[in-house]
Amino acid sequence: MIKVILITGRSLNQGVSKELGKFSKEYMEKVAVCELDPEDLKLLGVSSGQNVKVKTKYGEVVVKATESTQAPHKGIAFIPYGPWASILMPSATESTGMPSLKGIEATIEPAKDEEILDPEKLIKMVVGREP
Amino acid sequence: MKTVRNVVCPFCGSLCDDIEVDIEDNRVVKVRKGCAISATKFTKYNEERIYKPRIDGREVSLEEAINEAVEILANAKYPALYGWSCTSTEAINIGIEIAELVGGVMDNTASVCHGPTILGEQDAGISTCTLGQVKNRAELIIYWGCNPAHAHPRHMARYSAASRGRFVKGRKERTVIVVDVRKTHTAKTADIFIQIKPNSDFELLTALRWAVKNGELEQEEIAGIPAEKIEELADMLISCRFGALFFGLGLTMSAGKARNIEAAVNLVRELNNYTKFVMVPMRGHFNVTGANEVMAWATGFPFAVDFSRGYPFYNPGDTTFVDVLTRGDCDAALIVASDPVSGFPAEAIRNLAKIPVITLDPHETLTTMISKVVIPTAVVGIEAEGSAYRMDAVPLRLKKLVEPPPGILSDEEVLKMILKKLKERVK
Repeated sequence: MIKVILITGRSLNQGVSKELGKFSKEYMEKVAVCELDPEDLKLLGVSSGQNVKVKTKYGEVVVKATESTQAPHKGIAFIPYGPWASILMPSATESTGMPSLKGIEATIEPAKDEEILDPEKLIKMVVGREP
Repeated sequence: MKTVRNVVCPFCGSLCDDIEVDIEDNRVVKVRKGCAISATKFTKYNEERIYKPRIDGREVSLEEAINEAVEILANAKYPALYGWSCTSTEAINIGIEIAELVGGVMDNTASVCHGPTILGEQDAGISTCTLGQVKNRAELIIYWGCNPAHAHPRHMARYSAASRGRFVKGRKERTVIVVDVRKTHTAKTADIFIQIKPNSDFELLTALRWAVKNGELEQEEIAGIPAEKIEELADMLISCRFGALFFGLGLTMSAGKARNIEAAVNLVRELNNYTKFVMVPMRGHFNVTGANEVMAWATGFPFAVDFSRGYPFYNPGDTTFVDVLTRGDCDAALIVASDPVSGFPAEAIRNLAKIPVITLDPHETLTTMISKVVIPTAVVGIEAEGSAYRMDAVPLRLKKLVEPPPGILSDEEVLKMILKKLKERVK
């Protein structure tokens, strides 16, 4: 397990795959990911393409670890905007309307055999019923 | 086959207006000049389309769906109207009329992107300009907490770092500085990269302002950056003839939020004692700026406007949609051209799923999944015309290139029908 600062944001792949549909294979492949610094991947003992579990005070989610092409950023994990990132975010907005979607404390652990939930399963998990 | 030139791309806030598309049999078959996202948007807009209105998952006529939407809105005590950044200015305007009529709260997606920018600007003002000014005059460009290589793929080539301006001819005549927590693809093209510690933008902006004003810093290191580097940077900023600071959600979403923007505004203000310096927010969705403009001109406030008192009331942190939802205050919601279920924190989504939601969208989304009423609409900028505001608040006209699928109307038309029936219903 490693401790990181989690940031979320736009990625080109997220932008393109969003246009292919939120339920498309491409969207899940490009958005249910966590970009990590190569050194952090080594520390975790995880190779690019294997699943990891990301946990914050607010929630946890399984996504695919990928080696960042925007390194170095040791200690910083990046997940593109989307339903997988949102689960990890606080709802408090500190009187601004804006939840803290960047810069939150998180832990990452290997989860090679755990499933990445598709958007439908993810929403079912969040709302606690069949959507 | 016909070719349409000077098409405005309805994806990001850059609103590139030089796109060329080939149309054959009422379909866009080829896109020239657009970025990867633009090309996908123009050619794949029929993926995951919704073709029929639905109530509780059952296909119904448009009239039935509109009647149900009207009933929900008319019976709600405090409905929320949210989204608006991916539709036309004209549609947003009708949304405001609906919100006023039903005494609801209307917010746009700025509240979860550049809302803190607006709050910072309201506190401290802003020295800004159009993108054309940057292209023609800016010798020094800073990208702070933004990654245009990914989020605004043609911004650097068309408007900023690498654009060919009248007085500044291109990339070689400009100095480009990137401040970010990662060495982003934008950072890799910069002359100077400042890798800042997460959540310390406020400190660096403030230190930079001190260095601009007073020269030397007392600390050895601020935000992970050595003092000499900050002083060097301050000298560079003072020495350019025209500087532009582009900033993104790295400032608005991390610790400090609106206070980061205020610090950036104050830095730019200080720099204007020595040279010409401007700042422009990197707005995300193609008409999120328009949503702010329309709401500001119609109500006096750019987002988070509450009509429940009978007059517009604005209190971000209270009347913003995430807060309204998290508290469980609203008892119905109308979502237009947005997918909050994909992007909101879990607590907010749980409460949204408990109330009747009406969603207008061309495509299936996570929000349509939890909606009671779903009304499919035309894709603005491809199947429907309208106006939109670029990130620098320049309005541009979106074109209608092809006909929408049979029976599908634009957001503007559907909202007009809802408004008309609501007026009769709540008379």
